[in-house]
Amino acid sequence: MSTKKIVQIGLVASIFVAAIVSFYASGHPDGLEFVAEQVGFLNTAKDSALATSPFADYAFVGLENERISVAIAGIIGVLLTAAISFGLFTFLKKK
Amino acid sequence: MKIPQLHIPDGFISAPVSVLFLAISAFFVYLALRGAKNQLDEKVAPLAGLAAVFIFAMQMINFPVAAGTSGHLIGGALAAILIGPWAGVLAVTVVLIVQALVFADGGLTAIGLNVFIMAILPTMAAWYIFRFFQKIFPKNRIGFLSATTIAAYLSVPIAAIGFTIQFALGGTAVITLNKVLIAMVGVHSVIGIGEAIITVLTISAVLSVRKDLVYGATNSKVLLVK
Repeated sequence: MSTKKIVQIGLVASIFVAAIVSFYASGHPDGLEFVAEQVGFLNTAKDSALATSPFADYAFVGLENERISVAIAGIIGVLLTAAISFGLFTFLKKK
Repeated sequence: MKIPQLHIPDGFISAPVSVLFLAISAFFVYLALRGAKNQLDEKVAPLAGLAAVFIFAMQMINFPVAAGTSGHLIGGALAAILIGPWAGVLAVTVVLIVQALVFADGGLTAIGLNVFIMAILPTMAAWYIFRFFQKIFPKNRIGFLSATTIAAYLSVPIAAIGFTIQFALGGTAVITLNKVLIAMVGVHSVIGIGEAIITVLTISAVLSVRKDLVYGATNSKVLLVK
């Protein structure tokens, strides 16, 4: 299989996971947040300075439909990560 | 379902310790930028780009681990074995920066803390653990994937210990350190199983189609024999 083909399949799989499967992810607090609550330091958390940004918390601001909201956030995240990482690694590779 | 916060928020750790880890992380990212240049050839560079994207996507999938809690992939072990430790550090760092800047996940002042315990520590630790077991285990697919499994599993409690060290140095709440350590390592010892499963399935898939693209299988004196 060509590298190009693997990258194509990987990108499609990533978009599928970020845009569609993510809706079914567990909404329970993750390990760190869970421990923070159990042990008692969750109250020291402060909102990020960017907490009011349009995609905060993997959603799209103002969109009621959670399924579409998380899908938009997922696709934006995949595209942005791709732009930065492909750019960076293309720049870094041995000439 | 709302995606929970995945990373260290602002406020958990004091400003001086956050700045200290920003400096430490910046230093390692600098080393990684230099190191990746020597590890990345034409063939692997696109795969490195994909690794970051895949890790971002997989981190959105929190899996339930026990009553009331969930875990998510870190991706350091996956990245280290697939594209090499230095490129791996960079791939996870890119993910964390996108998450902090675009999705407000992980505090802005906590970026150095998060990069250290998720992009640097588990990636480098997983790499050395992987290499150690790769040398001991049979030089075949089963041996390779067993080394991968152990490295991926252990990288998660190691990251948890990393957080506990940060908390020991600069935790803003007054809590017995033992409590934090036991709780962090306890929960993350379960989450590690998910990390190991996702990592071994992904590495195994790439091994099946293009063994020559898997960094851990090629760039070594301990070459993976069929």
